[in-house]
Amino acid sequence: MNRELVLHEIRRAITSAPGLRARSALPPRPTPPTYGEQRIERFTDRLVAHACTWEAIAELDELPQRVVAWLEQRQLDHRLAVAPPLMALNWPEKVDRHSRPAAIDESVAVSLAFAGIAESGSLVMYSGPNSPITHNYVPEFHLVAIRADDVCDNQEAVWANARALGDMPRALNLIAGPSRTGDVEQTIQLGAHGPRQVHVLLVRAKDMKS
Amino acid sequence: MKALPGSFDSRAEAALADPSLQKALQNFKPLFVAKRAAAVAELSDFERLRDAAAAIKDAVLSELDVWLERYADKVESLGGKVHFAKDAADAREIIREICRKADARTICKGKSMVSEEIGLNEVLEEDGYRVVETDLGEYIIQLAKEPPSHIIAPAIHKTREQVADLFAQNHPGRPREDSVAGLVNEARHALRERFFESDVGITGGNFLIAESGTSVIVTNEGNGDLTQTLSRVHVVTSGIERVIPTLDDLSVFLRLLARSATGQDTECYTTLSTGPRRAGDPDGPEEYHVVLVDNGRSKMLAGRFRDMLRCIRCGACMNHCPVYGAVGGHAYGWVYPGPMGSILTPLFNGLAENYDLPNACTLNGRCQAVCPVRIPLTDLIRTMRNEQVKAGLMPASQRRMMGAWGWVARQPGLYRALERLGSRMLRLRAGRRGAMSSLPGAEAWTRVRDLPAPQGATFIDQWKARGGDQ
Repeated sequence: MNRELVLHEIRRAITSAPGLRARSALPPRPTPPTYGEQRIERFTDRLVAHACTWEAIAELDELPQRVVAWLEQRQLDHRLAVAPPLMALNWPEKVDRHSRPAAIDESVAVSLAFAGIAESGSLVMYSGPNSPITHNYVPEFHLVAIRADDVCDNQEAVWANARALGDMPRALNLIAGPSRTGDVEQTIQLGAHGPRQVHVLLVRAKDMKS
Repeated sequence: MKALPGSFDSRAEAALADPSLQKALQNFKPLFVAKRAAAVAELSDFERLRDAAAAIKDAVLSELDVWLERYADKVESLGGKVHFAKDAADAREIIREICRKADARTICKGKSMVSEEIGLNEVLEEDGYRVVETDLGEYIIQLAKEPPSHIIAPAIHKTREQVADLFAQNHPGRPREDSVAGLVNEARHALRERFFESDVGITGGNFLIAESGTSVIVTNEGNGDLTQTLSRVHVVTSGIERVIPTLDDLSVFLRLLARSATGQDTECYTTLSTGPRRAGDPDGPEEYHVVLVDNGRSKMLAGRFRDMLRCIRCGACMNHCPVYGAVGGHAYGWVYPGPMGSILTPLFNGLAENYDLPNACTLNGRCQAVCPVRIPLTDLIRTMRNEQVKAGLMPASQRRMMGAWGWVARQPGLYRALERLGSRMLRLRAGRRGAMSSLPGAEAWTRVRDLPAPQGATFIDQWKARGGDQ
């Protein structure tokens, strides 16, 4: 009922303004940027610009040992929230892992990105059974695996890939670096409410410098 | 929120005399301007993006009913619920009802200017809910019981020392933190449990996408995401003008928004939310509601202020406004400060009640020069003054002065004689220095600077002396 009321007001306003309806043609949009051969380099440069760290790994099977090395370097517990598709990898015994939603004291999550965006250095997470949303925001440390082939030039390419899967998921999260705030004296401080560190593991990118 | 007491004049006077506020404003002023300029310079087609963004908004506004229907139908086909609110009271009732049905106790909120506009927190608190603002800036001002003073940096008027004082008072049992890092960490700890207790999570909606039935928020802290993911019910509050056709249109706006707002190339988190959690999803809210607020917007659509509906709430206009930079956001008296507020506040809350706002502008045009959707802000402010005069709102003293000036200006002989006399008197008063440090009637001006005396003959006398055309 309210819907019709509000829409009626809008229609009345539009028809009372002469010529307004005629302006409805959508204009052409500027062409989004593309990077050709430099796509991966652009992506990793922007990751660093947003205070992410990254390393290249040859294949997904390498992930567990790299994650463990990363944890041990920082003297963190071997307790992980892991995205379901990564659970079956060859994890060492000492790693205590689960794939439930993140708990309030979750320290580290390991996720698999749906895509990357070279233009902005964003990681794109596609929520669903394979990708709990809470893993992206609750833990202090977020480790994200991404296949080099999934790095797109721009957002528009990601939207096209998402459309191909049907309706949008509950959440499509674009993440550019660790959480931050400038709300105290406009001084940028990392680790506001989300992860304090984001580390990217770029898969099948052997030939690139890390 | 309710309009603040007093007039713009009295609030501006108080702001100018407040050393903490002046210190905070000094910190902020150069930062946003320089960062925006650098971020914009990195992009070769920024101006074309502005053109495209303005054109997309114009196209949508000309068929707003069609796009809203398409958007709402899509949301509902995916299990969400869209509520239309004709005014603020309506919107408050809709959200109270959602909270009642959800049997809520704790309500977490991400930053939403529409929720400030409709005065949501006050009624939810009266209903007995625990309402927690989770954006750090909003959290600070909630503790201080103050309204926001900037649309993207709500606590910009607070110094670090003031934030430290507030936290020390409100977080008993913790040692006082003084560093920025310590304060941010303290807020992180204070809010963590609230996120997990939250029953209803309320966020804004920067964009609504008709194609996919999606609402978009753009944040740096991650608080909006924790709010909407950990709550059982997610409520989006947004203005009806925020709908755009497609995901590709969203990209045009996202390239403009962060650069214009904070000078970042992108904010840390851009989140596209579509419907509630799906069967098999491990997390996410069970219910998803969108409250679309009209509250005067459909009226704006018909009139001379339609261009204002293109606004994407980036804050660039206030960041570049010398008046905002001198007096801060509270002087403007309501949710929307600065140039955009000088147009929106009179439209929402009355031309007469907010007479000063469009008049407290130097028409320098910096806001218009940086607006990402090319809103002709100075033209609209001038139009607003025009509307006020037509409505007979100009104060009698001003009207008399303008009348007197108008009469003198139509008597060229008298006008020139007075001009010569005034010029001579100012020169006499200035003496050999050529400037005066005080002038009766202009004390506010001369308190902080010298007034130079006019030099040489008047323009008309010089024109004549050089044999200019009559």
